[in-house]
Amino acid sequence: MGLKEKSKILNKEGIEKALERIAHEIIEKLKSIEDVAIVGIKNRGAYLGERLADKVKSITSTSPPVGALDITLYRDDLTQISEQPIVHATEIDFDIDGKIIILVDDVLFTGRTIRCALDALIDFGRPAQIQLAVLVDRGHRELPIRADYVGKNVPTSLKEVVEARLEETDGRDEVVICEKVE
Amino acid sequence: MKNNTADKIVWAKKDLLGLEYLSREEIEVILYTAQSFKEVTTRQIKKVPALRGKTVVNLFYEPSTRTRASFELAAKRLSADVINIEVEASSVKKGETLIDTGRNIEALKIDIIVVRHNCSGAPNILARSVKSSVVNAGDGWHEHPTQALLDMFTLKSKLGHIEGLRVSIIGDIAHSRVARSNIWGMTKLVAEVTVCAPPMLIPEGIEKMGVKVTSDLDEALKNTDAINVLRMQFERDTQKAFPTKLEYFKQYGITDQRLKKCKKDIVVMHPGPINRGIEMSSDVADGANSVILEQVTNGIAVRMAVLYLVAHAKREIVA
Amino acid sequence: MKYLIKNGRVIDPASKIDDMIDIIIADGKIVEIGKDLNLKSSETIDAKGKIVAPGFVDMHTHLREPGREDKETIKSGSRAAIRGGFTSVVCMPNTEPPIDNSGVVKLVKDIIKKDALCNVFVVGAITQVRAGKRLTNISQMKKEGIIAVSDDGSCIEDKSLMLGALKDCKKDAILLIDHCEDIRISSGGVMNKSFISTKMGLRGMPKEAEYIMVKRDIDLAEKASSRIHIAHVSCKESVELIRKAKRDNVEVTAETAPHYFALTEECCVTYDTNTKMNPPLRTKEDVEFIKKALADGTIDAIATDHAPHTDSEKDVEFDFAPFGIIGLETALSLSVMELIDKKVLSWPDLISRMSTNPAKILGIDRGNLKKGSTADIVIIDPLKEYIYNKDSVESKSKNSPFINWKLKGKLCDVFVRGKVVMRDESIVVGSS
Repeated sequence: MGLKEKSKILNKEGIEKALERIAHEIIEKLKSIEDVAIVGIKNRGAYLGERLADKVKSITSTSPPVGALDITLYRDDLTQISEQPIVHATEIDFDIDGKIIILVDDVLFTGRTIRCALDALIDFGRPAQIQLAVLVDRGHRELPIRADYVGKNVPTSLKEVVEARLEETDGRDEVVICEKVE
Repeated sequence: MKNNTADKIVWAKKDLLGLEYLSREEIEVILYTAQSFKEVTTRQIKKVPALRGKTVVNLFYEPSTRTRASFELAAKRLSADVINIEVEASSVKKGETLIDTGRNIEALKIDIIVVRHNCSGAPNILARSVKSSVVNAGDGWHEHPTQALLDMFTLKSKLGHIEGLRVSIIGDIAHSRVARSNIWGMTKLVAEVTVCAPPMLIPEGIEKMGVKVTSDLDEALKNTDAINVLRMQFERDTQKAFPTKLEYFKQYGITDQRLKKCKKDIVVMHPGPINRGIEMSSDVADGANSVILEQVTNGIAVRMAVLYLVAHAKREIVA
Repeated sequence: MKYLIKNGRVIDPASKIDDMIDIIIADGKIVEIGKDLNLKSSETIDAKGKIVAPGFVDMHTHLREPGREDKETIKSGSRAAIRGGFTSVVCMPNTEPPIDNSGVVKLVKDIIKKDALCNVFVVGAITQVRAGKRLTNISQMKKEGIIAVSDDGSCIEDKSLMLGALKDCKKDAILLIDHCEDIRISSGGVMNKSFISTKMGLRGMPKEAEYIMVKRDIDLAEKASSRIHIAHVSCKESVELIRKAKRDNVEVTAETAPHYFALTEECCVTYDTNTKMNPPLRTKEDVEFIKKALADGTIDAIATDHAPHTDSEKDVEFDFAPFGIIGLETALSLSVMELIDKKVLSWPDLISRMSTNPAKILGIDRGNLKKGSTADIVIIDPLKEYIYNKDSVESKSKNSPFINWKLKGKLCDVFVRGKVVMRDESIVVGSS
């Protein structure tokens, strides 16, 4: 089975604009960003988190603390998957107690990754609120989870795969829809 | 943060029996994974659900408080259930055989057996008799892989790398499983290893493991980046090797005076428990170069990594 | 019953025969041996492509009866012997009770008479309860029929006692077989002492534990002007000492076992307790010396040191397992693969090491195909390959490191005292 690229839904500029808009929405919604901290979900969410923090800084001239979360140990499919996932380090070097955490990921799909991330975050302390920002929401939730900030809503079928590619990990910025081919 | 070797390698081993049986890449995967678990141990809630619903059995044929406690804590911090079974070594010959014990424990539907045994090779025999994962927590004079892994982990966090380091292992090499595992591990990570012991405590053919051998402590300390000082156990075989304990301390004990002649930032390790005044003086054990307590802390992260890896070892996919 | 064995390659080193000739057996004896024999009213065995030789003589077997019939009995052990082509075996006295007085000798002889499927000869202990303290009554045991003495499994530490034993044996004209091991050197060891034992963390038995005793035994035999036979020679140094002693005309003979030329200490690395034996498996260099010694006659005989142990005794930690492996059924194949195929020995040489020489050392009238002698005969398919699997093992115990090995050279037919005991690879006497 392989993947065939069907269409590009976001290019470099589109990603930049989406992040900028999310930054504005956060500031608008929360009024003050004093208690805000950004935590990206590894791998790509972590880089998006860093970029989002830069956007917030360029608007408000204050930079919120940024962390990266590895959710491998919280996955609910550890015993089912055939490949063993590699455990990467979680890097949250600030106290999350009382903070408003903006959790960042690239693609929101079943919601299971976010469930893991919520469990993981809560093991670090007791944040005042956790909000979710994603670059793309493709639907098909399996858990009662929704995003507070969405870069782009994309209706997809289950045969399709949404791939976010980033400069830091893939050498270019784009989000594409691929189709599984036999 | 990015570790290329660790990213490519998938851990496929059901058991951890010794470092002799691991490749350099596999050792690096364990150390890399341990780094992530080290972070877990600094959290407010030092527990992750990675082994939720799994059961770890500590099967100890030899008394051990610290290794057992470290494994127990590691398993608990991974959310596994843990039971401890202690078998008196003296009753082994009369009682149930190791293989029968292993199979009975397995019938309790457990996932990992952590075994400590006074006979070399007991974990190897156990591992081929059960389907559960077997982790060697020290067997005879053979191997103590998690101890060596935590030694390497500590050394790496102190000095940034292992490759190219000069490491001297000092003490009763002949009867030390810690020494053997350290030699396998460190040489695979391309450290330059020297072993130093009185002649009677240097085992036959040890140089074939790729180490330098000396009975002169000053030579072993010269220009070395780290020393791993073994615990002296005064049993039948070791007693013959030197006239008195004090004489051993004079010839092979690590003292502040001796340390002054070494590299300034030399790392001093010891697997514990320390015989103060025999293999090292108190001022060294408690001194600035000593990482002995960090080793204990790191032991948990390393054992978490090992339990996580063997529990989720890539299994053959049945089509 | 009369038999005619035709068309085989008949090898009898005792009479220097290696020829395509026939043999006629009648009334338990070889009645004729020569070219193109014919005989009416006999069963003819076609040995085309096969080797016909005197039955093998194993001078070192542990049959465990009396006392440990769970490991082996005289019946099961002799069945294993037949499977391996041994028409005669010599059983060691480390039974429970040990064979250390004429009463036990008589008891064992009675069991042999009743149960044995091949010739079983008895060895008596040198010292009482094999404790190495006081000599047994060797001459009385000899009257009861022992053919040699040995404390095998233990070495007599006391040098003056050993000298006395050798003098006694000379007086009684009986062979002394010694297990050479200085237990103060081998103390508690479980395998050869080397880099391998170091990396495995096992206590080693250095070679000097063996050869220091070989040296002592040679010296004492010379002093007593007595014969001595060195059991299970395993290392280079022992070989060199025996070679020199023979050159110096000391009456020393020696045996080795197939595992000492087929395996090395490297086999131990998996902690398989079927690689644990005493003396231990040695190095590649030692194996080369053992082979050379077999070729030049320094080592006279191949003996099996067949040492059965039950699964439950062997399925334990390496340190706890007893020493020894079974060997009767694999000796020929291992010799074919390691000695014939590797051009160490010719077929006549191999037959002499497995039959002629041990018979001569023991002083028994076996190991030859001379007209008029007892018809102990084996017919071998030298090229036949097979898998040695656990189910096929005749011995009560299955402790062999060769299980599941592909082996070469198989026994087809075996005659004991003129009776067919194995025909076309099937044992036709006794019930298993």
